[in-house]
Amino acid sequence: MTNPSYDPRVNRLKLGHADDPVKIEEGENWNIYEVFHQEKRGAHHEHVGCVHAPNPQLALVFAKEQFGRRKKCVNLWVVRSADILAFDLEDEDMFAGNLEKTYRDASGFKVMEKINKVKGAAKQAPGKA
Amino acid sequence: MNQQAISDLITKMADDELVLGHRNSEWTGLGPVMEEDIAFSSMAQDQIGHALALYRIQEEHMGGPDPDAFAFLRPAAEFKCCHLVEMPIGSYDFSLMRHFLFDHAEAVRYESLLQSEFAPLQQLARKLKGELKYHTLHADAWILQLGRAGGESYERMQAALDTCFPLACGIFEPGEADQALINDNIYPGEKVLYERWLDNIYRVLVKASLNMPDPAAITPAYGGRYGQHTPHLQPLLEEMGAVLRLDPAARW
Repeated sequence: MTNPSYDPRVNRLKLGHADDPVKIEEGENWNIYEVFHQEKRGAHHEHVGCVHAPNPQLALVFAKEQFGRRKKCVNLWVVRSADILAFDLEDEDMFAGNLEKTYRDASGFKVMEKINKVKGAAKQAPGKA
Repeated sequence: MNQQAISDLITKMADDELVLGHRNSEWTGLGPVMEEDIAFSSMAQDQIGHALALYRIQEEHMGGPDPDAFAFLRPAAEFKCCHLVEMPIGSYDFSLMRHFLFDHAEAVRYESLLQSEFAPLQQLARKLKGELKYHTLHADAWILQLGRAGGESYERMQAALDTCFPLACGIFEPGEADQALINDNIYPGEKVLYERWLDNIYRVLVKASLNMPDPAAITPAYGGRYGQHTPHLQPLLEEMGAVLRLDPAARW
């Protein structure tokens, strides 16, 4: 089902082949897969929602019609929700901004003056920019 | 080129897609899980779209009738669809197996049309390539999943295959003008497509441990291409055309 990929982080579905099916035991539910949508090649995959499926292959098959149909799409990722590691909700305080560390924020740099200066120079000397 | 033969070829292809598209759309809202409901409905819609594209080729390139009138006001005896597509949806095992067998047949047919000397069909085949790829991927994934899941699942898929297979062989009912179409390089003829189809479905069925019936031991459900249909077609056509017949001249 998967084939060697140029991007070693990603397994790719080989159309026309499939792995062994996942057997769902009595009382067990299908897995939930998170779906990530890629609008064009090289762009970030963005999380768009989830699907229920018995295996990753069918998750991709379902995701294609649910999330790849309305807007432009060149590829999708599916990831078993259970494979995602996240912080506990109660640890949200770790992220609370510390007012005394605003110097760490990537803002407040006065660069526009410099940018405008470079732009101005480029305009005055067309072709050399 | 034999215009009548090409037109008949297009009619049988389009009628199959129109009727099966409507049949499969009967699952909308009733599918086994929401994700599958959406995927199956979407593919049903695709098939009705393929039918429209084919009727349009007749209209625009061959002086054929208006696609809506041709699709919805024609008597059953003038339809050229095969018996497989006429059957009621039954349970999901039947509908999935029919989808698997039909969409592989469709994929093989359109693949051959990529080389057709009749340009409109060649262009359509190019346009539908990606869509058909998804349809067979979807069908294969399900056949493998349910065939290999064992127990009741396996038994029902095997039973569905035994029921559907002779019907599906009827897709490839030989046409009177096949040789003329082959000579003109319109398409390779039903016999060749049938062999390619058997190869393709066999490859998937084996992986799913499903036993393909011996093609020599079954009687293909022929007749549809010549206007002989099952009793299931007429009521379906009546339902499909009910709204249009209220006022065929209405503008939408």
